[in-house]
Amino acid sequence: MTANGIAQILLYAVILTALAYPLGIYMARVYEGTISFVNGPLARVERLFLRLVGSDPEHEQNWKGYAGSVLLFTIVFTVLLYLLLRSQGHLPLNPDNLPGVSAPIALNTTASFVSNTNWQYYGGEYTMSYLSQMAGLAVQNFVSAAAGMAVLAAVIRGFARRNTSEIGNFWRDLYRSLVYILLPLSVVLALVLVWQGVPQTFSGHAVAHTVQGVTQQIARGPVASQVAIKQLGTNGGGWYNSNSAVPFENPNGFTNLLECVAILLIPMAQVFMFGRMIGRMRQAWALWGAMFVLMAAGVAIAYPAEQHGSAVLRDSGVNIAAGSQQSGGNMQDKEVRFGIADTALWATVTTDASNGSVNGGHDAFTPLGGSVPLANIFFGEVIWGGVGSGLYGMFFYVLITVFIAGLMVGRTPEYLGKKIEAREIKIAAVGALFVPTMVLVLTGISVVTHAGLASMYNSGAHGFSEALYAYTSQSNNNGSAFAGYGGLPFAANLGSVALYLGRFVPLLAGLAVGGSLAAKKTHPESAGTFRTDGATFAILLVAIIVLTAGLMVFPALTLGPIVEGLS
Amino acid sequence: MIRTIGRTILGVVVLTLIFGIAYPVVMTGIAQVAFSDTANGSLIRVNGTTVGSKLAAQGFTGAGYFHERPSATVPAYNAMGTTFSNLGPTSDALRTQVRDQIAAVMKAEGPYNPGLRVGDIPVDAVTTSGSGIDPDISPAYARLQARRVAAVRHLSLSTVEQLISRYTDGRFIGLFGEPGVNVLELNLALDRIGH
Repeated sequence: MTANGIAQILLYAVILTALAYPLGIYMARVYEGTISFVNGPLARVERLFLRLVGSDPEHEQNWKGYAGSVLLFTIVFTVLLYLLLRSQGHLPLNPDNLPGVSAPIALNTTASFVSNTNWQYYGGEYTMSYLSQMAGLAVQNFVSAAAGMAVLAAVIRGFARRNTSEIGNFWRDLYRSLVYILLPLSVVLALVLVWQGVPQTFSGHAVAHTVQGVTQQIARGPVASQVAIKQLGTNGGGWYNSNSAVPFENPNGFTNLLECVAILLIPMAQVFMFGRMIGRMRQAWALWGAMFVLMAAGVAIAYPAEQHGSAVLRDSGVNIAAGSQQSGGNMQDKEVRFGIADTALWATVTTDASNGSVNGGHDAFTPLGGSVPLANIFFGEVIWGGVGSGLYGMFFYVLITVFIAGLMVGRTPEYLGKKIEAREIKIAAVGALFVPTMVLVLTGISVVTHAGLASMYNSGAHGFSEALYAYTSQSNNNGSAFAGYGGLPFAANLGSVALYLGRFVPLLAGLAVGGSLAAKKTHPESAGTFRTDGATFAILLVAIIVLTAGLMVFPALTLGPIVEGLS
Repeated sequence: MIRTIGRTILGVVVLTLIFGIAYPVVMTGIAQVAFSDTANGSLIRVNGTTVGSKLAAQGFTGAGYFHERPSATVPAYNAMGTTFSNLGPTSDALRTQVRDQIAAVMKAEGPYNPGLRVGDIPVDAVTTSGSGIDPDISPAYARLQARRVAAVRHLSLSTVEQLISRYTDGRFIGLFGEPGVNVLELNLALDRIGH
């Protein structure tokens, strides 16, 4: 590790938090409608949109109505997106004359994008027409992110309100997430990215006659507009196959910083938004602290592991020492302009969030370095997590922690003045444990079937890691990969199952908890209330997360990265 | 229920028009006016001919040119099909790749760097990049190649090293990212000098 590398990482954390705090306050005011312009002339546009989609602007929904709207919205988008991908060969905006996408890939891609995952079984630049990228995939980058954000706003209302069944209006929350949060941020980020070198054009690929006389074709397109939202919406699906490792998506150290900040900006802001909406910022800081500790632990493992290099590189005798002339370390599948520190940081934050974009190849990471993204995702995408889904996922662990703490001190568990009873704990347990259980089952299926074994690219322990990573990533809606893994149609179809269940079981559990809490009355805190706004609670929360999710993934890790690291 | 589905379809169509069509079209319009060079791929033209992009490696092999890092794309340096190698850290394929690349570098640079040892080869010279079109090499790898390029082109070593420094992109505000030498710009600058 170098002093510069450590300084980059620390300053990144400072910049991120400094931007996320005010954004969180702003977002709370947008959802609450207490910011002036939301109620000004722009309110008419919002009401027009709500009437168009058949939603009464004066009416809020209970949790079941809200969930129904989310599901219907997703089903309609699923059908339309699948049809678009299948028929892109007959549709306009296809300058490179790409054919329709095959059925298993179209199905998996549809599941992947409507679930805010962006797992990619295809290479973007040679599979998807401009129309599919824009009107299909890029739209999902916005709306699947906004749907998650809307659900979170509703769940938080459940904590903040009392004696009511109403937790918000889905279409209004969706509209505000899109128009007042995601769109303005995307416009600004996209323009900065173009300025720095990311293409934004509707002309097809460029043709160059190289210095040594070869013809080189260079894929282009409206890239910057998509990269901006894929980072901000924790989507992660790149225009290019190698994602943000490609210079056209991420040309230099400045864009790398911006994109890396964009990955965690909204998920972190939502923690502060929560504090604002419940009127207790100290509660938010406790969650911030727990998430920050887990994130820092990931970077502190991945960075030195990658800098230390792989056994193959060390044995080869080449120079892997960091210095002023090179960043050294495990440079396999990494880019010179990012080096080790920025690639290890990105790998950690993209899997803390359910983003999944990469600026280097995770498959080629060292065994220890590669187990950080895997473990991060397995924790259920709650270390900041996806936009919306991260924090409502964290609430499951918060409730379980409150419950266990209550058992330890012999009191009725309470959180934010709400009594936590059997119903909430049961739902929270499903929300927290369903996905990791599904990961283990699906990975198990994939390693005892011929088709599953044929989907691995590397053999032995690393092949197992690839399969484990594939189902962990899709079930938790991350989208990054040990990218050698893939097999049609088996792996694509098994993945589609993981993508849908992984998205909607926790989402419905979150709304159910929100609805349940909204109906309760709020008790004033007393001297005997277990405090949930201090370091003690944050430490306990970290311990519960590590124990529940960590112990589930550890046996699987021993079969993959740990065997590999010892061999 | 039918009415609700119909209204939802209408909403989906409106959102697609705004975020799928209007957003990228408007962004493209602004980008083409404000940043036409970068918006079209940072292409470099020499005497009216497009010779490549500043942001894509193109596979230099000539002895008088600086060479890029190995590429895992098919064919190598394919800017229409970027890819990682996806070789696991303990795989035999990685071992073979590194061994072959070491041999290639020793063969290319050895004659111009008497006493060259494997330990003098920087790691980026023997590893594939993430994109397969990494336009940069580390300053260490550029300096290793400088003697060959200077000898073949009958230039002084200091001239070549000055060019390396000029085409080294530093860190953002001296802090973020890693320094990299842009190979295409460097080679074009060498061609402008002649020889």
